[in-house]
Amino acid sequence: MTEKKKIVRVTGVTKDFDLGKIVVKVLKGIDLEIEEGRYISIMGPSGSGKSTLFNMIGGLDKPTSGKVFIDEVDIAQLDAYELAWLRCRKIGYIFQTFNLIPVMTALENITIPMTFAGVSNDDALRRGMELLDQVGLTGRHTHRPSELSGGQQQRVAVARALANSPAIILADEPTGNLDLTTGEDIIRLLKELSMERGVTVISATHDYKMLNVSDQVVWIRDGQVDKIQQREELDIRTGGLESATH
Amino acid sequence: MRRLVALPLSKSFQMAYQSIRVRFFRSLVTTTSLILAVAFLTFTQTGNNITEGLVTSQNPEFIQILTKVGYDIPPGTTSIKSSAKQRWIVFLSLLVCVVGIINAQLMSVTERFREIGTLKCLGALDRFIVRIFVIEATMQGLVGGILGALLGTMVALTASIIRFGLSSVSFMPWSEIGATIFYAVTIGTGLSLLGVLYPAIIASRMLPIDAMRVEQ
Repeated sequence: MTEKKKIVRVTGVTKDFDLGKIVVKVLKGIDLEIEEGRYISIMGPSGSGKSTLFNMIGGLDKPTSGKVFIDEVDIAQLDAYELAWLRCRKIGYIFQTFNLIPVMTALENITIPMTFAGVSNDDALRRGMELLDQVGLTGRHTHRPSELSGGQQQRVAVARALANSPAIILADEPTGNLDLTTGEDIIRLLKELSMERGVTVISATHDYKMLNVSDQVVWIRDGQVDKIQQREELDIRTGGLESATH
Repeated sequence: MRRLVALPLSKSFQMAYQSIRVRFFRSLVTTTSLILAVAFLTFTQTGNNITEGLVTSQNPEFIQILTKVGYDIPPGTTSIKSSAKQRWIVFLSLLVCVVGIINAQLMSVTERFREIGTLKCLGALDRFIVRIFVIEATMQGLVGGILGALLGTMVALTASIIRFGLSSVSFMPWSEIGATIFYAVTIGTGLSLLGVLYPAIIASRMLPIDAMRVEQ
């Protein structure tokens, strides 16, 4: 069996937040390797630093020390253009708060990343419609975010994340603002996409529903990697967890 | 291969226009504050222009009315020096203009920090964001400036016709009034740009995560 490519590599990442009088050490040295095409959940209680780690991997924030490699490229070495290119083409982001552009329609929201990537308008519109079909929002392309439900907005966000066929999808608590069934729909959608397209999905979450679909779970506790579990080890644990979801 | 992201100019215009159109009520509030500030400035200035024109005319009828309303015109003067009071009023109207416009534009950008952070996550360069805001502010500045200048001039002309009678129309210094309109529109647009540039540059340089974290 051949060794799979490491799409994300995090080495010795620390992050301090300077609050004036005190310095809060949120990440205390994280080492992590993520293989291509897997579905990874970063789990941990609130305040454990999982969102901070997520932001580091996505190049949205800078680590205090340590390095983050995406596709074997150290993202700290990238200039503004290359970083924008990376965010545009390599990574698709999904947020807890959806973060759609409120003045744009669903279709326009999906086509912005393609515009940035230099795709022609016609191609972008065609692909945008295809993506809307794929996430189950056929016919809703003229609706603005305010005219869509939370679950539908998150579907638009998923389609937007897929616009430029990224290698990685980063989802920060994608189900955090959704009810149980809508959350499950989104998780299923992400899982399907990861299976079909071989996209690496990395999601920071404390939603136990995520465990069922994850290939690997990284438990973060107090700014450090507590343990990394493979899918096989998880099955025993997830059985009785339906009641633990909230 | 140079890895590039792009935002064509036509698309920037489209995004700026759309933002104004969809947020019409919000844009209206911003533009209205622009219109009022520029109108006040133009009204004060045009009023001065007209008075000066009438003094230059040396028509005793106008001089009499002017003296009655408080102008101190010794016989034989051809131009009226702006009094300390007048200069003070012009200064105040400029101040109202500056504070009003910059405040309105600052607010309208800070409301959209999250949007800016999101655009950066999707691959926007800092200058795409600044460009969209500059186009938006210029559109609002021009529309607000022109409407405001016309409004101010109209009020000033109407006031002087009521006060001095229709015969004063032939003594109106049209070229000065034109110049006033021109520079009022310029000031309005310039201030609108100034108000939007500062926060837009700050926001576009933020790490996306900081921009999105800003309290709405």
